[in-house]
Amino acid sequence: MRITLERSNLLKSLNHVHRVVERRNTIPILSNVLLRAAAGDSLEMKATDLDLEITEGTPVTVEQPGATTVPAHLLYDIVRKLPDGSEVRLATNAEGTAMTVASGRSKFSLQCLPEADFPDLTAGTFTHSFKMKASDLKMLIDRTQFAISTEETRYYLNGIYIHTVESKGDLKIRAVATDGHRLARADLEAPSGSEGMPGIIIPRKTVGELQKLVDQPDATVTIEVSDAKIRFTIGSIVMTSKLIDGTFPDYQRVIPANNDKELRVDCQTFAQAVDRVSTISSERGRAVKLALNDGSLTLTVNNPDSGSATEELPVGYESDPLEIGFNAKYLLDITSQLSGGEAVFMLADPGSPTLVRDLAGEEALYVLMPMRV
Amino acid sequence: MSSASPSAPGFCRDCLREHRSTQRRCVACGSPRLVRHDELYALSIAHIDCDAFYASIEKRDNPELADKPLIIGGGKRGVVSTACYIARIHGVRSAMPMFKALEACPQAVVIKPNMEKYVSVGRQVRAMMQDLTPLVQPLSIDEAFLDMGGTETLHRAPPAQVLARFAARIEAEIGITVSVGLSYCKFLAKVASDLQKPRGFSVIGRAEALTFLKDRPVTTIWGVGKAFAASLAADGIHTIGQLQEMEEGDLMRRHGTMGQRLFRLSRGIDERPVEPESIAKSVSAETTFNDDLSRPEELTAHLRALSEKVADRLRKSEHAGQTVVLKLKTADFKLRTRNRRLESPTRLADRIFRTGMELLDREADGTRFRLIGIGVSDLSDPALADPPDLVDTGATRRAAAEDAMNRLRDKFGRASIETGYTFGRKRR
Repeated sequence: MRITLERSNLLKSLNHVHRVVERRNTIPILSNVLLRAAAGDSLEMKATDLDLEITEGTPVTVEQPGATTVPAHLLYDIVRKLPDGSEVRLATNAEGTAMTVASGRSKFSLQCLPEADFPDLTAGTFTHSFKMKASDLKMLIDRTQFAISTEETRYYLNGIYIHTVESKGDLKIRAVATDGHRLARADLEAPSGSEGMPGIIIPRKTVGELQKLVDQPDATVTIEVSDAKIRFTIGSIVMTSKLIDGTFPDYQRVIPANNDKELRVDCQTFAQAVDRVSTISSERGRAVKLALNDGSLTLTVNNPDSGSATEELPVGYESDPLEIGFNAKYLLDITSQLSGGEAVFMLADPGSPTLVRDLAGEEALYVLMPMRV
Repeated sequence: MSSASPSAPGFCRDCLREHRSTQRRCVACGSPRLVRHDELYALSIAHIDCDAFYASIEKRDNPELADKPLIIGGGKRGVVSTACYIARIHGVRSAMPMFKALEACPQAVVIKPNMEKYVSVGRQVRAMMQDLTPLVQPLSIDEAFLDMGGTETLHRAPPAQVLARFAARIEAEIGITVSVGLSYCKFLAKVASDLQKPRGFSVIGRAEALTFLKDRPVTTIWGVGKAFAASLAADGIHTIGQLQEMEEGDLMRRHGTMGQRLFRLSRGIDERPVEPESIAKSVSAETTFNDDLSRPEELTAHLRALSEKVADRLRKSEHAGQTVVLKLKTADFKLRTRNRRLESPTRLADRIFRTGMELLDREADGTRFRLIGIGVSDLSDPALADPPDLVDTGATRRAAAEDAMNRLRDKFGRASIETGYTFGRKRR
């Protein structure tokens, strides 16, 4: 393989693919990125951790087609340090055991592993295929990602559950994530082609990488799904991921339907007040107490180690007085995702889940478990 | 000790009569047990250590054993827990395999340890220590540091005399003997209590500390074990005196914080205070099997029983823990610990057990284990423990069931109710 390409193109693509590569690997070839130059003047780069695979193509000048694999982080670090605007030349030796990276006066030689050993995730067929705007996909992710559980024990919560539902005669595509303390749910009109797709759980790492790839709002993402894998195609980037093999719990039954106490707050004012009073809270138990009275909300934080804080807010509340505690961080996570100016809390009692949503939209809703205060 | 000038204060440990002479025996009672030391009445940090604790208790309870070599230990896993001083003469040592101990001393009487009894005697001794000062820092069931500073007015006697009286009281009321080390810091107090066992009373003062330590081996220093001593020996360092001549910076560069400890302790500098009731960092329980186990269902039963024990201890100490730690020792003595951090702290046997099971699942691959233990660390306030969960509604019900079980047990005893995991299993 002998190719020449612009440093900036190489860096951009490597930046996308190298993140998939784990820093520590027991299988040596998983530390490597696959480079494959074809006759049509394109270079395909591929990295995988066996659960997730990213492939990206970039234009190059191919002198001699070929393929090899080299350490991904090493190549990325080298290219990163090369001067901006420079040209990079990649060439393997005759035996295919080493690849030189040459640019200007710099020259590096990297050890290679044979391309044939590189694992391939792409096998298998997809049953459903549909297209979404990158901004829509990003919205589904942003609204729910923070609630993904990190608890290994409940691996089926370690991702976002995507499925389609009928709601008021329309078919919706829905994203749900929960860690047992809070639940986030976001809906969008189902894109055509998604009808009848299986419910799938996209792993946390895939969600994180995907989020970085959908930064151009106008781009179109092609999504292909089977019951074990998902593939996203965005321009020249193809990301294939295994899905979490598990059953997402019946989340619908934890969404309270009969909470009768309604609280309306201005999102920003509320978030700032919560943020202020929680300054005093300890790292471990970040509980903030909400005391509701006719038209007013008093936020209180008590930390036996450092002191206390209190703040009063005028709010829309007309039900019986209520005292309820929440984790301050969870409140902030939710309020930062609400898009409208006003948030609505539907409360029942200090021990039952509370429902939070935008006043404006029905598209996203949140459930929050109270804390004992 | 050596540091007694002709005018050094002293007293008789048997009749407590004051002495200021160089006589070998007490003029009042004829006892040879005199203590004299220049700094005798200026020192207040003590280390008290019971002599051959388990063996002494057994000898107390069965006078026939008094003049026989006695070894406490055994069960099927034969190692020596404690050997009495007669057995020690024959070369029996703690932690020695039983067959070796019996080779060295075939005529020894072997008794299985009765931990319940030892714990209750240990508590009696500790209660008596707490009569002397609130600053008692227990190191184990049978030894503790005492800071006697400022108690002179209370006891109307200097610490040295109070301690001698205490040793006599333990002998008279409990029927075992203790050795006392008295110094100005914990390190030297501990070294002193070991100097003259059993029934010892040793004093190390400030003035003599450097010369006293000079010719001692580096292993005298707390924290220097076999391995560290070997690495020091490789640098040509064998005695504390050699350390005394080294620079703090050099020692720290070579050995990190341990280097600093070497520097300070070798010069008799130890400012660690006597801290009563050290704050627990973890709560755990473990058991060594009579026969090595490998079958998951047998390990599960033990794990369940131990999880309940841990939950019980958490309840009593009012703690909750967030990291569950599983400990296994294989038949060939390799230790495996596995831990997992939970999303929230727990005080429930159910969650500890379930998490432990997940960790155990990966380890129970047919390997034979001799020990299993489970515990929690990252202790915190139980008020934050086990928050209700949106997804796992069963958890709330299991928690309620556990609370109900606990109430039954409080009322009718441990065996009144148990889960199917442990039911019908032979209890150890």
